Amino acid sequence: MTTTPLAARPGRAWWRVPPRHVPVLATAALLLVMYSIGVSQYRAFSNIQVVFNVFIDNGFLLVVAVGMTFVILTGGIDLSVGSVVAMTAMVSASLLGNGLHPAVVLVIALLIGPVLGFAMGCVIHFFDIQPFIVTLAGMFFARGVCTWISTTSIPITDGFWTSTAQHRIHLGENFVSVGALIAVAVVAVAAAVLAYTRLGRNVYAIGGNQQSALLMGLPVGRTKIAVYTISGLCSAIGGILLSFYTLSGAPLIAVGMELDVIAAVVIGGTLLTGGSGYIFGTLLGVLVLSIIQTLITFDGTLNSWWTKIVIGGLLFVFILLQRLVGIRTK
Amino acid sequence: MSTVRARAAGVTGHRLFWPLVVLVLLLMANAIYRPSFLSVELKNGHLYGSLIDIVRLSAPLILVALGMSLVIATGGIDLSVGAVAAVAGAVACLYISEQPDQNSLGVVLTAVALGFGVALLLGAWNGILVAGIGIQPIIATLILMVAGRGLAQLIAEGQIITINSGPYKVIGVGHLLTLPFAIVIALAVTVLVAVLTRRTALGMIIESVGGNAEASRLAGIRSRRITFLVYVVSAACAAIAGFMMTANVSSADGNAVGLWVELDAILAVVIGGTALAGGRFYLGGTVVGALLIQTLTTSVYAMNIDPQTSLLFKAVVVIVVCLIQAPAFRARFRRRRSVPVTPVEPVGTEKEQVPA
Amino acid sequence: MSERHPVLTMTAISKIFPGVRALDGVDLRLFPGEVHALMGENGAGKSTLIKVLTGVYGTDSGTITLDGAEVSFSGPMQATAAGVSTVYQEVNLLPNLSVAENIYIGREPRRLGAVNWREMRRRAKDLLARIDLHIDVTELLGNYSLAVQQMVAIARAVDIRARVLILDEPTSSLDADEVAQLMRIMRQLRDDGIAIIFVTHFLDQVYAIADRITVLRNGRLVGEYLTSELPQIALVEKMIGKELDALERLDEATSGEDRAALESGTPLVAADGLGKSGSVAPFSLTIHQGEVVGLAGLLGSGRTEVARLFFGADRADTGRLAVDGTPVTIRNPVAAIDRDIAFCSENRRTEGLVGELSVRENIILAMQAARGWLRPLPRRRQDELVRHWITALSIRPADPEMPVRNLSGGNQQKVLLARWLITEPRLLILDEPTRGIDIGAKTEIQRLVAQLSDGGMAVLFISAELEEVLRLSHKVAVMRDRQLVTELTNDDTLDAARVMQVIASGSSQEGSVPA
Repeated sequence: MTTTPLAARPGRAWWRVPPRHVPVLATAALLLVMYSIGVSQYRAFSNIQVVFNVFIDNGFLLVVAVGMTFVILTGGIDLSVGSVVAMTAMVSASLLGNGLHPAVVLVIALLIGPVLGFAMGCVIHFFDIQPFIVTLAGMFFARGVCTWISTTSIPITDGFWTSTAQHRIHLGENFVSVGALIAVAVVAVAAAVLAYTRLGRNVYAIGGNQQSALLMGLPVGRTKIAVYTISGLCSAIGGILLSFYTLSGAPLIAVGMELDVIAAVVIGGTLLTGGSGYIFGTLLGVLVLSIIQTLITFDGTLNSWWTKIVIGGLLFVFILLQRLVGIRTK
Repeated sequence: MSTVRARAAGVTGHRLFWPLVVLVLLLMANAIYRPSFLSVELKNGHLYGSLIDIVRLSAPLILVALGMSLVIATGGIDLSVGAVAAVAGAVACLYISEQPDQNSLGVVLTAVALGFGVALLLGAWNGILVAGIGIQPIIATLILMVAGRGLAQLIAEGQIITINSGPYKVIGVGHLLTLPFAIVIALAVTVLVAVLTRRTALGMIIESVGGNAEASRLAGIRSRRITFLVYVVSAACAAIAGFMMTANVSSADGNAVGLWVELDAILAVVIGGTALAGGRFYLGGTVVGALLIQTLTTSVYAMNIDPQTSLLFKAVVVIVVCLIQAPAFRARFRRRRSVPVTPVEPVGTEKEQVPA
Repeated sequence: MSERHPVLTMTAISKIFPGVRALDGVDLRLFPGEVHALMGENGAGKSTLIKVLTGVYGTDSGTITLDGAEVSFSGPMQATAAGVSTVYQEVNLLPNLSVAENIYIGREPRRLGAVNWREMRRRAKDLLARIDLHIDVTELLGNYSLAVQQMVAIARAVDIRARVLILDEPTSSLDADEVAQLMRIMRQLRDDGIAIIFVTHFLDQVYAIADRITVLRNGRLVGEYLTSELPQIALVEKMIGKELDALERLDEATSGEDRAALESGTPLVAADGLGKSGSVAPFSLTIHQGEVVGLAGLLGSGRTEVARLFFGADRADTGRLAVDGTPVTIRNPVAAIDRDIAFCSENRRTEGLVGELSVRENIILAMQAARGWLRPLPRRRQDELVRHWITALSIRPADPEMPVRNLSGGNQQKVLLARWLITEPRLLILDEPTRGIDIGAKTEIQRLVAQLSDGGMAVLFISAELEEVLRLSHKVAVMRDRQLVTELTNDDTLDAARVMQVIASGSSQEGSVPA
C-alpha cells in the first residue's frame, strides 16, 4: 500500500469476496439453507421433482422477473408487469375462443406486451415523466383491457395450447413442462444479452450514472425505451406461460404480481437504484420465493400469509445488506 | 392585495386548471347522461345524491392522499399506506369482534385507539428506515407494502373478520349534521392537516427540506425529524382511512382493504400539482385530485360501463394529466407552436440542480 | 515554438447570458505537445470557455478552429469524436462497471457480435500500462481512488484519439503522491504530442507543469504568457486584478486603538488546531467581538472549508473550538446556530436558498428552524421583519411572496444575508458574499458589513477580491493550498501586494515584494 498507493488494489485477500457479490452469495446461501431445512424436515423434499416443480409452477414469474431486472438495472421500475401478464393471457384465451389459429394468436399475444412497453418507454424518455407514474398508468390500462375483454374467466380448449400445457418432457424419472424450459431459455438468453451485447452493457451504464453515460456517447434514450420493451416482451411471454399453466385467461389473475417480481429481483441482489445485479441473482431470488412457498405449503401448520411476512422480512434484510455493502465500498 | 390576486390568477392559470377542467367535464358528462346526477336532496335530515356519494366514497382516498402529500413534499413516497390501512382496520375489527358488547362506544373507541397506535408504530418504522438508516423511500416502504398485507392477514388469522357494531359502522356510513360521517371525518382531517402544516411552520419546513435538503440543513433545520414525522402522519391518515373502509362493510379483509389505494393516492397528489420530486405541496390540489379519481370511477359505474373498465379511463386520465403537467411535454408543445423563439440559455442550471 | 501551428484556436469568443457577459472577446491558442494552464478566479469565465469549446454552449460570436478548419460542436459527444476530450473533477465515468469496460464501453471489441471480454481486458491492460498504471482492470472503477479514476478517464480519452485533452480541476481532491503521478502522465501525453488544457487553482502545479498560461478575469482575456516568463506574484496579480475603484471608499474601519480594544478580552470564537483531513490542514484562528477577519486566498485554497468547520457544516476531525472561552463541540449547523453563528454559503443556489420558496419564507427560514416548527413566527411579525429587511437591504423586486429563484444573484445574496441577520448572530460568516453581483449591491453589502461590525458583530469575511478584504477586515488570514499560512494585521502598512506575495509564495517575509 505504501509504495504504490495508486496502483494498490482495494485491499483484498484472495478469499475475500468483492462486496458487489455479497448480496448474490447471501441469496445463494439462503437458498441452500432453506433447501436443506426442507430436505431435513420433509422426506418428499429431497425428490428432485420438487426442484423441477419450482420451475414448472413459477416459470412465468421467472420470465417476468428477468424483464424487470433489465428495467431495475437502469434505475427504473415497471409496475405494469402483472397486468400485462393477465392481459396477454386474456387476449390469447379470447382470440383462441374466437377460433383464430394458435400461431396467429401467439404472434399477436407476444406483440401486445412489447408494444405497450415501447409506448411507456417513449413517454418516460421523451417527456421525462417518472417511470413509476407511467407504468402505473400502463398497469391500469392493461388491467382495464382485461376486464374490457371479459369480466369472467375464459377457458382455453385449443388443441395446441392444451397439448403444450400437458406435455411432459422427461428427464430420467422426473419431468419438466414446456413452460419451464421456455423460462430457462429466457433466463439464458437474457443473461447473455446483459453480459455480451452492447445493449446489455448500456443498461448497466445507464443505471450507474445516466449523465455520464450520455457524456460518454452511449445511446441512453434508445436503451431506456428498449428495457421497457424487453420488460413488456417478458411479461407477454410470462402471460403465455401462465395461460399454458392455467389453460384460461382470467381478468384478475396476477394481481399484485409486480410486488413479488420486484421482491425477487431485490432479493436476487439487484440494486433498486440500478447499475448492479445479475440475471443469475434474479433466478436465485425467484427460487427463494418459490422455496418459501413450498416450505410453507409442506409445513401445513404455517399459513399462507407468512409468505408475505417472510418476503417482507427478507426484503428488509437484503436492502439493509445492500446499504451496508454500499457504505463499505464508498 | 394585488399580490394575492396575482397568485390566485397564477393558481387557476397553471396548477389546478387542467384537473379542474377534467373534473368539470366529467361532472357535465354525467349530468348530460343522467340529468338527476347533479340533484342533491334532503331525506330524513340526511343529504343524498350522486355528488354526495362521490365525496363520501372519496373520503378514504382523500385521507390517504393528504398524508401522501406531505411525504411526497419531502421528496419521499409511501407505498405502504394500503397495507397500513388494512392492518389498522384489522386490529380495530379484531378487538371489537372479541368484545361481548360490540355496540359499546367505549369498545369502539378503544379499538380505534389500538388500530391507530399500531399504525403509528408502522409509520415510525418507515420513518426510521428512511430518516434514520437512509434507505430510499420507495424501497423502504416497499417492505411494509409487502409484509403489511401478511401482517393484516396474520392479525385476522386469514379470516375476514365480520363485526356487528353500530358505533363503528357510523365511521363508514353514518351521518352527522345532514352530512355522511365519512365526509365529516375527511373534512376534519383535511382541516387538521392544513392547520398542522399551515398554521405552524411545519408546511414551510417540509417544503424547504423537499425543495433543497442541503440548504435546509445549513439553515438549521433538523430534516431527519421532519422526514420521520411525515411518515408517521401518513400512517395515521392511512389508519383512519382503514377504519372507514372496514366500517363501510363492517368487516376487515386483510387482502382487500386499501388495495392499490397507495397508487390512487400518489396519483391524486400528482394531479393536484405536487411534484414527485418534492417541494411545494398543495393540500387543496390533492383533494381535487382524489375527487377527480373518484368521480371517474363513479361515472363509469353510472354509465353502466363495466366497473373494472374504469381502469382504462383512469389510465387515460393519468397520462393526459401527467403529460399536460410535464415540463418536457409543455416545452415540446410550445416549441412546435412558436418556432422562432430563441432558446434562452439557463444560467448555471447545473448548479441549481440539488439532489432532492 | 511559434513556427508550429496551433492545433486549436479560439478567436474573439463572446458568450452572453441574460444579464451577464460571461465571455467577452476571449482568445485561446493551443499548440500540440504543450500543457496550457487556464487560470482565473471565480466568474472569470474558465468553465464557460470550456463549455463553449466542447459545445455545451453555443457562442454568440467568435470562431473555433481545430487543425485549421472551423468547427462548432453540438455537444461534448461530438467534440470527443473530433478529438477534444474533457476529464472533469468529478469523473464522468461509471463507478459500477469495471475499469476495462469504462475505457471501452460504446466501442467494445466484439467477436461474432458478442462483447469480447478477454480482448477488452487485454487492451485495457496494455493501454493503462502505457501510462504506467498497473491495476486490475476487472475491478469495479468505483473501488479505486479518485486519482485512479481520473487516470482511467484520461486513458479513455486518449484512446479515443484525443488531440486536445481538457483537464478541469483534476487535482482538487488528490493528495501529493497522486498529483505527482497525474503530472507524470500529463508530461508523457504532452511528449506524445497531445495538447492539454489544464484548469487548476494550484499555482505550484501550474509552475511545475504548464508551458503556457492564459489568464482570464471577469470574462475577459488578461493575456497569454509563457510560464517561464511570468513570476508567480505577477500571475496572482493578473488573476485577482486591481479593481478600478468605482466603489466609494468606506470609512477606514481600522485604527490602532480600536484594534487593541478589540483584542482585549476573550475571543468570541477561537479555533485551536481545527482541521479535517482531506479538506483543510489544522489551523488556529481567533475572532473577537466586533472584529472583521478577512480570509484571503485563491479559489480552492481552503477558505470555504474553514468556514464550514466553524459552522459545523462539516465535522472537524482534529482540534478544538471555543466560544466565549468555553470549549464547545459543533457537530452540525444546529449547534452552531445555537451559539449564534451564522453562515452564508458561497453557493447560494445549492447551499443557501430554497428556490421554490418565497423571499419571505427564505428570510425567516433560519429563525423559524431555531424556534422549531411548533412555534411559528406570527405572520405579522414575519411581514414586519421581511418588510424591514427588504427595505434595509433594498431587495428588488420588493415582493415578499416572489419565489426567490426569480431574483437576480445580488438580490438572492441579500435575501440570504437577511435570513441570518434576523437571527442576530454574534459571528457572521460570509463566503464570497459579493461574488457575481452588480457593483451597486456590492457596495451596499460591504457597507453593511462595516456597520455590523461597528455594532459589535464579529464577521468572518471570505472573498477572492483582495481590495475588498483589505477594505473591510481588521485582520487578514491567508490561505494557500489548504493551509492557513499566516495572519496579517490590517494596519496601514498592509497592502494588496503583500497579501498577494503570501498567496503566491506562501511566505510572509516583508520587503521581498517585487515591484
